Amino acid sequence: MTDKPFSKSILTRRSMLKGAAGVTAGAGALLLNGTAPMTFTRDAWAAQFRNDPGNNPTVKFGFNVPQTGPYADEGADELRAYLLAVKHLNGEGDGGMLNTMKPLSLKGNGILGKKVDFVTGDTQTKSDAARASAKRMIEKDGVTMFSGGSSSGVAIAVQSLAQEMGVVFMCGLTHSNDTTGKDRRRYGFRHFFNAYQSGAALGPVLKDEMGTERRAYHLTADYTWGWSQEESIKNTTEGLGWETVNTVKTPVGAGDFSQYITPVLNSGADVLILNHYGKDMVNSLTQAVQFGLRDKQVNGKNFEIVVPLFSRLMAQGAGDNIKGILGSTNWNWTLQDEGSKAFVKSFGQEYGFPPSQAAHTCYVQTLLYANACEMAGTFYPPEVIKALEGFNFDGMGNGPTLYRAEDHQCIKDVLVVRGNANPSSQFDLLEVVQQVPRSQVDFSPTLFGGELGPYEV
Amino acid sequence: MTKQPTARNDLLLMAVFTLAILTMPIWAAPFGAGYPDLLQKFAIYGLFAVGFNILFGLTGYLSFGHAAFLGVGSYTAVWSFKLLSMNVIPAVIFGMMTSGLFALLIGYVSLRRSGIYFSILTLAFAQMSYNLAYSVLTPITNGETGLQLAIGDARILDNMFASEAATAIPATNLFGIEMSGYPGFYFCAALLIIGFYIALRITRSPLGTILKAIKSNQNRMNYTGLNTRPYTLTAFVISGMYAGLAGCLLAVTDPLAGAERMQWTASGEVVLMTILGGVGTLLGPVLGAGIIKYFENIFSSYNDQVLHGIFAFLPDPIENVLVAITGLFVGDGWHLTLGALFMVIVIFLPGGVIEGFTRLYSWVRAKVKQDAGGNSVNNGKSQPQSAE
Repeated sequence: MTDKPFSKSILTRRSMLKGAAGVTAGAGALLLNGTAPMTFTRDAWAAQFRNDPGNNPTVKFGFNVPQTGPYADEGADELRAYLLAVKHLNGEGDGGMLNTMKPLSLKGNGILGKKVDFVTGDTQTKSDAARASAKRMIEKDGVTMFSGGSSSGVAIAVQSLAQEMGVVFMCGLTHSNDTTGKDRRRYGFRHFFNAYQSGAALGPVLKDEMGTERRAYHLTADYTWGWSQEESIKNTTEGLGWETVNTVKTPVGAGDFSQYITPVLNSGADVLILNHYGKDMVNSLTQAVQFGLRDKQVNGKNFEIVVPLFSRLMAQGAGDNIKGILGSTNWNWTLQDEGSKAFVKSFGQEYGFPPSQAAHTCYVQTLLYANACEMAGTFYPPEVIKALEGFNFDGMGNGPTLYRAEDHQCIKDVLVVRGNANPSSQFDLLEVVQQVPRSQVDFSPTLFGGELGPYEV
Repeated sequence: MTKQPTARNDLLLMAVFTLAILTMPIWAAPFGAGYPDLLQKFAIYGLFAVGFNILFGLTGYLSFGHAAFLGVGSYTAVWSFKLLSMNVIPAVIFGMMTSGLFALLIGYVSLRRSGIYFSILTLAFAQMSYNLAYSVLTPITNGETGLQLAIGDARILDNMFASEAATAIPATNLFGIEMSGYPGFYFCAALLIIGFYIALRITRSPLGTILKAIKSNQNRMNYTGLNTRPYTLTAFVISGMYAGLAGCLLAVTDPLAGAERMQWTASGEVVLMTILGGVGTLLGPVLGAGIIKYFENIFSSYNDQVLHGIFAFLPDPIENVLVAITGLFVGDGWHLTLGALFMVIVIFLPGGVIEGFTRLYSWVRAKVKQDAGGNSVNNGKSQPQSAE
């Protein structure tokens, strides 16, 4: 990879344009607030960048989550986590993971002495709407970082916007290989695991439980995440010796999956793999169970259903149907490490129920960004990005974790879970089958290709 | 309805319109809408609605599938960025050409029917295009993820003159002026003004008269021996090209094309815009587009925290009740507010916001005349007329 941020021709033309843009933006801000924008900071390198909080007493974050659409439940939980993170960063509440995160530069008085403020937006789980909402946050509200998303399609669209605009985007829940693979961006970071890691973690467990002679049928959400999960799981299971009978794409938010499930009955498959998420997964799983798939015997074996990406919120929606079903997850609230316990405690005190994995990853991402700013001593994005790249941390619920510099992917443990047959409470829905160590789910950053792009935009 | 549009009035209208559009960054700021992205959306969807109105308002054909052309325009523009050049001129030209071609094909078939059958046909075509873009033509459209630029794109024209390979995705530009932020808005605004002028000229032209005649009674037109189909097809293609241009501009200001732009909800949106603003008027669709985009972007961003800020001056219990009630209508409930507004307008002002303005204007004028003591003939109950 070659970084040439200062090639001559680009510098002159672009900086001219940027200057012009800066003047326009400055004039706009002057009209809006009646105050001159502060462009002077104490650091020599931090000449000028978009949405510099300057001498403002606050720094603003944007939380862009799906409030409507098939992933609305996840979005609502993400928003709760963001509000909690802001509280903890500002030194309110019990501090949550700030007490367990190592190494920690934050002092519990905001970031670099500035209190954290925030704005929210609705992505509608649509790329267009998400970008419009993100642009509002960047252009109107002046956020220095934005975060969110419950769909990889949206995350990828918004991440490339982050690169164009020069504002850091901390991905929320996005599981597609492409997010930090072929569509990776310098200004985008992902804490959540990816489909490849789901496959790597699930593989040995599937082999133990179901053997090596199985016939799999995939139903796949028809967008980047579904495609990449289907591919990863297919590679894993075919590596075990399984046969793939068929892969069928279903539209996102279809609601009724009966027309896709009926053909499974007569296909000769004995495993159904549901590459669905959110309400889609709740609906498809419920219908699959209603159609009696799990009571069937095919090829002399019990018919099994696998949901490679599982979450407690979905388990809640699917009710009894999830009992005994295998899947993988980024994090579960029943984990007993210090970080998870601290987070579950403060989230529970605030809202009265435990957080989901979506909430966890969003909370952690906000803290990680804040910590990187504190480490870098500035909000200047290239310095913050460099602080995050290659950052090793612990105490945030997933064991020792590395923010890989090459693709901005966190490398950490992955959980293989099963729908709890005898839940002790309405939230105790997933039992952890195995905490797959980080070394087993590691992969080469060049596996999916892609280029991060420049630091300076 | 007595006032005939004169050349002078049209000139005045154009001048006021131009001034209003160009100064939008200033007067939209107090409403919280003075930021480039929303201003661009105002201009782009204004253009979309102006073009839609040529078909719906002028010719009387209600198309429920106009978003298909919007999408075609977007995809073409992004492909032009990917293959040819990041300059927006080829993108705009090719986008309009392909959407015009699509409109010719769809229009040729759909215009064999009129009324509700025409609407359903266009809806079917649009839904077909959407599904093609969504799942069948994924190599061209990249499905749900949306078509995006990449560092390694061909960009044949650009690379002929470039000395070295790009290290970042270049920005869309107009001969070096980057098309994001305010320059992007002014580019869209200029095209909106040109588009508005062309729509005005069409309305005043003999073609416009024939289109109006088709709207009022197509059978009579046929009986007089005039074949109306070429005229309706012309209107359809022009209208489709407007939509294509709007789609191009969406890609110009934000180089990404997604299939959801072609969904039936997007087609429905432009119908709402036109009806909300005033069907058949020139200004109405632009106003309607502005109102809907404003609701979508600003109302949806209000959360409970913002509301608490607004009502902070009230005692706590009242504040909480008010926040709880208004909270239903903002944030993710903005559709509710829009629906309520739409109902109010359709019931009380069938001519849209423009009719509201006209009524207000004639009421004020009557009031002024009365106060002046003159025995005015106009008693304030003058017929609502469509503003031109």
